[in-house]
Amino acid sequence: MISLRELMTRRDAFTGLTMGNYALARGMAEAGLRVATSYPGSPTPEIGAALLSVPAEERPYYFEFSTNEKVALEIAAGASMNGHLSACFFKSVGLNVAADSLIQLSMMELVGGMVVILGDDPGANSSQNEQDNRHFARMSYIPMLEPATPREAREMFLEAAAISRRLRMPVFLRLTTHVCHARERVDFGPLPEGLPGWEPKFDTKNGPYVPVARTVFPLKEKALRKQEEFGRLMEVSAMNRVFPGPKSPARLGIISAGLPALCAAEAVAAAGAPLDVLKLGCTWPPPADKLCDFMSARDEVFVLEDLDRVLETEIKALAFDRGLKCRIHSRKGPADLMGEMTPPRAAAMLASAWPEHFKAPPARAATEEPAARLPQLCPGCGHRSAFHAIKKALPPGAITVADIGCHSMGFMPPYEMGTVLLSMGHSVSTGAGLALGNSSRKVVSFLGDSTFFHAAMPGIVNAVVQDSDITLVLLENGTTAMTGHQPRAGTGEIGDKIPLPRLLEAMGVRFVRDVDAYKQAEVSAALKEAMDHKGFAVVIARHPCMLKFMREAKAKNPGLKSSRVAVDQSECARHYTCVAEFACPSFVRHDDGSVTVHPELCIGDGSCVQTCPAAAIVREKPGEGK
Amino acid sequence: MAFNIYICGVGGQGIGVLAAALASAAEAAGHRARGCDTHGLAQRHGSVSSHLRLGDDALTPRVPEGRADLVLALERLEGLRGALYALKPGGTLVYYDTVYQPVTVRTGLRAYPSAETVAARVAELGGKAVGVSVDGMADPRMQNAALLGRLAALGLVPGFTREALRSALADTLGGRNLEANLAVFDKAAE
Repeated sequence: MISLRELMTRRDAFTGLTMGNYALARGMAEAGLRVATSYPGSPTPEIGAALLSVPAEERPYYFEFSTNEKVALEIAAGASMNGHLSACFFKSVGLNVAADSLIQLSMMELVGGMVVILGDDPGANSSQNEQDNRHFARMSYIPMLEPATPREAREMFLEAAAISRRLRMPVFLRLTTHVCHARERVDFGPLPEGLPGWEPKFDTKNGPYVPVARTVFPLKEKALRKQEEFGRLMEVSAMNRVFPGPKSPARLGIISAGLPALCAAEAVAAAGAPLDVLKLGCTWPPPADKLCDFMSARDEVFVLEDLDRVLETEIKALAFDRGLKCRIHSRKGPADLMGEMTPPRAAAMLASAWPEHFKAPPARAATEEPAARLPQLCPGCGHRSAFHAIKKALPPGAITVADIGCHSMGFMPPYEMGTVLLSMGHSVSTGAGLALGNSSRKVVSFLGDSTFFHAAMPGIVNAVVQDSDITLVLLENGTTAMTGHQPRAGTGEIGDKIPLPRLLEAMGVRFVRDVDAYKQAEVSAALKEAMDHKGFAVVIARHPCMLKFMREAKAKNPGLKSSRVAVDQSECARHYTCVAEFACPSFVRHDDGSVTVHPELCIGDGSCVQTCPAAAIVREKPGEGK
Repeated sequence: MAFNIYICGVGGQGIGVLAAALASAAEAAGHRARGCDTHGLAQRHGSVSSHLRLGDDALTPRVPEGRADLVLALERLEGLRGALYALKPGGTLVYYDTVYQPVTVRTGLRAYPSAETVAARVAELGGKAVGVSVDGMADPRMQNAALLGRLAALGLVPGFTREALRSALADTLGGRNLEANLAVFDKAAE
């Protein structure tokens, strides 16, 4: 199997079985990309893993994980203004964070070219919503290409980069989760010889770059004209393709894009239905003439897409404008506007228009669902230890506010810690709002340390200035754990250390306690003290991410045997605190009522030992037990 | 028709290695392979799945509900869940017979299925369940190798011979514990 580093550095053309994110990263290298930036978020962080697989001194490009998506986008934009081809990539909701600067980009002369890569998430596989970022293309006048496969992710990046550089404008490349993570064989091209140098080409003659007052209109006109020019190129682009169905007098067709288009093509082939599928490569601006040609040659079409009625609205407006007679079918009510397309779903939707050609697939016989297995905090996670201690210390009626990160899993039983969640960094300010006029219920907000730097600092300053009467528990694990341990600012992995207690004090926080999350009595005591403090108070509950810690320890010492805990059966009084309240996945409850420790899961961290009322959890030395 | 393989397990069991080895074996056997993995929450002990589809008519990467010819699972409860979601009538579930209790079982809210229950419920779907276990494994992630070994012996996938799966496993692992993994593979293939 080809290593990531070889994928990124092999100079000649080759072919390899790989996933969408990696194919895209290789495409970046083939395009001669100079600057890439990101904030990690599913489904795109593996693009960063591929870029980082080349040692820094050998990279023909600069890459950083920035503190947040807005920072990432601005760095890529600045680099492009200097003449360097750049790209930034993030998760779907990441675009909201970057939006303030993104919305200005189409007015800027991006001399080097710039591609904004989005990982949208129909089906909410790993996101807090299913937001449809195709709307952003319209609002920002930025064209959008939509690959459906790893092969297309690479091809369309090359296309987006080339046009972006030529027209000096930003281009969106919108992937979805199962394009990012799909695996197939991809043909790669050679790496370019002789990349342009790093001399800064910024020149106000290419601008103006300051859109205020009177300059706004010429800049906006330029953006609109470039968008039209892009649209003309798309009318003849090979990225739009037709999957022809069997010859028939039926004159029916489907219009779609991205993975839904392939779902349609698969459903059509399986049904042997007499339909052609027009798969658009570019969805903004939609290729109007191409669409009209397709519709004029047909009596009926079905617009098939995921999420919002974006293509449908455009296509219906176009057909109205041009006076087309073609009947336009589309999806039905709310159920069809949620979740991700599959070939059977496509067949069921198409059956609503053409029952003679498609049968809704037979429903699976309803059976009793087996016990659910939701994601959990890992064995040894400091968040579990902190939650267990915090839950004990909270007064009745307390309101707990979660933020984004591993700790958001605390909302599930048995912890039920963190019962409101909006977005990255919201917890301090939402908590401050919950505390307004509220003297009867304590408010405790949680926050991870990567999110602290990402978006929480303005909220913290606000809480300091307004002296909001809330307690912030900063769950510091020293990394961006949820998305695969990308380094965060301030740990010393990248740049200098920024110690959180000193930073908080410098921001004006008067009450700061810093405790090891494993020391539950200290966590409880610090929390009580913080809640008693009138005004804004911060408790840092600190413990390294143990998944990362154990991986690094095993990488350094492959033979490492971790120690374990055991349940002393003669002491166990069957309180079940370990399985039902502390709830480390390592504890196993047997049919006879006994509890043991799963040897494959326990890492021997011992954070559970203090939780047993009967003191029946004991440490084993490495190699003891089975 | 595409041959569909639905692979599932518990986050942290190393399902990615299994999926990569199967994809590599599929190509070696001359199939066009398409698939996809779950990422992100994969490490957090939740249910995880991976998909592999062999054949030219599979345009999309995920195995559609109820269309799997083979469900390969790294854990018993996940095997049952995977079969209920994906297995088609006449298909086979091959699972490594180990038990990872989810929270609802540990807290006494739900029962964990016995091997007999799994066999009975898969039979209701018109399928067959095969449990695999190998004694004396140094690392639980070698359960991947055991599943591949048994798969080779069962001969369920066209072109997935013992040699093909063995070399795909070697190719995917590189040097990592290769001999121990191959020993587990061979033991499970007996």
